[in-house]
Amino acid sequence: MSIILDHVNYVYGGDTALAVHALKDINLVIPDGQFIGLIGHTGSGKSTLVQHLNGLIKPTGGSIYFNGEDIHADDYDKKKLRSKVGLVFQYPEHQLFEIDVFSDVCFGPRNLGLSRQETELRAYAALKQVGLEDEYFYQSPFDLSGGQKRRVAIAGVLAMKPDILVLDEPTAGLDPKGRDEILDQIAKLKEETGITVILVSHSMEDVAKYVERIIVMNQGAVMYDDVPREVFKHYRELEEVGLAAPQVTYIMQALHKNGMPVQTDVTTIAEAKDEILRVLDGQMRVTEQMQDLGAM
Amino acid sequence: MGIIKADKLVFEYIRRDEEGNVEGITRAVDEVDLDVQQGDFIAVLGHNGSGKSTLAKHINAILYPTEGTVWVDGMDTKDEKDLWNIRQEAGMVFQNPDNQIIGQVVEEDVGFGPENMGIPTEEIWARVEESLKAVGMYKYRKFSPNKLSGGQKQRVSIAGVIAMHPKCIILDEPTAMLDPNGRKEVVRAVRALNDVEGITVLLITHYMEEIIHADKVFVMDKGRIAMQGTPREIFSRVEHLKHLRLDVPQVTLLAHELKKSGVGLPDGILTVEELTQELMRLYHV
Repeated sequence: MSIILDHVNYVYGGDTALAVHALKDINLVIPDGQFIGLIGHTGSGKSTLVQHLNGLIKPTGGSIYFNGEDIHADDYDKKKLRSKVGLVFQYPEHQLFEIDVFSDVCFGPRNLGLSRQETELRAYAALKQVGLEDEYFYQSPFDLSGGQKRRVAIAGVLAMKPDILVLDEPTAGLDPKGRDEILDQIAKLKEETGITVILVSHSMEDVAKYVERIIVMNQGAVMYDDVPREVFKHYRELEEVGLAAPQVTYIMQALHKNGMPVQTDVTTIAEAKDEILRVLDGQMRVTEQMQDLGAM
Repeated sequence: MGIIKADKLVFEYIRRDEEGNVEGITRAVDEVDLDVQQGDFIAVLGHNGSGKSTLAKHINAILYPTEGTVWVDGMDTKDEKDLWNIRQEAGMVFQNPDNQIIGQVVEEDVGFGPENMGIPTEEIWARVEESLKAVGMYKYRKFSPNKLSGGQKQRVSIAGVIAMHPKCIILDEPTAMLDPNGRKEVVRAVRALNDVEGITVLLITHYMEEIIHADKVFVMDKGRIAMQGTPREIFSRVEHLKHLRLDVPQVTLLAHELKKSGVGLPDGILTVEELTQELMRLYHV
């Protein structure tokens, strides 16, 4: 169960003077069960890339394999692919349309041709997975708060039982608590079901906190593909392409520059706290020892 | 009286079911008092649904108070004869740049506002030039807006508002849809407007890092003002903010966590420089 992108290229308006090379020779392996962050400035090719993953866009060069099969082979079942690779677009709540929350989530599985019972079981499970309380199930989705609407929209994709969940900026426009709730819920879901999650995000702090692998896109090409710790070491190069490291990385850099011997490859608050405490405690012990020696 | 003043402002809307029967009444803004002085940089925080945007929409008379009064530069927003004066003095910038740009060319878009005010052509061009320069977009004046990045589009939207020579500008989550660079560009442009041009700014945002330079911060909850003070005062109350579904900048949170572990740091650290300085002081003893 994996996706392989083999020398994928995509050119818009190929035969015209306005041709844009949106993806340039992308080679990626996305194995099962990873939590991946996909970052890059606006226009770097992130969205074009994720739309290739479930066959919404066909590459102009190269191939994409899902579980070893070429998804653009003539006899390949694309409908099945789309239920296996679930795409949650930006502002997915704009796509809600049914009279109540439960019907909206049922829409996807019902279109897969499942029985009514199976459809409803899946919808129920999906709504539970995104942490929505039963009391909202028969309300109009339009009466919910922004964060709740977004959960319903995500549940609509989860009800298709995808193996891979791609979320394009799932927290845009939500308040800080709403951001944390959605991401915690996704992390928990990943933990419980082993689903692969690809998170497209503009928040370096969120990416650093949740994912195990970061893919950085720049001008249609993969710039970095590594664990967060390694990627954020290149914070200067990231700034040059319109990105940044989490604020804690800058704190550690500043401390180090001023002569405090902290490790600078820190990407979360918890790590930064431990590291600063380690250095401060160590120094306190040295000072105490010196005082003891002085007293002798 | 300040440039923006609200006295016991209440706004209620009536919820109706599909047949149009009244289901209930929601009080979105609940007895808010506000007094903003000319030249202030005001930030408004609050979780989704706390009433921030509803409050903002009263300041340029998109919404009218159910109870209480709002004055902009001494004009009552309920007074219909002042409507256009109010909208010219208090300009508004929204979240999605694509919803507020109408021109085919950047400079045309920026000229749209002053043109509708009946300003002579020459002055329109002068205003377009100065506004685009103020947000650092002058060299893009001949571009089509759809060739611009999100941050650039948003700066064009802001230029379109300042070309009308407003006394204050209200920005409702202007950076929510932007990447880190776009956010930085917009925040820098807004700060320059405030510092250099002396325009009063009211910035609504969910990004805590954007408000550390504000003169005053209002935090809204359930339609009321739950906290107010300088950024330092507000961010000193980490737990209270979390309770209101908000957050603090990472640097403030790290300082707070270190303090809880017994490191002798002051409350309300706002910048990387401050934290570095404080920690180096402790390290060098």
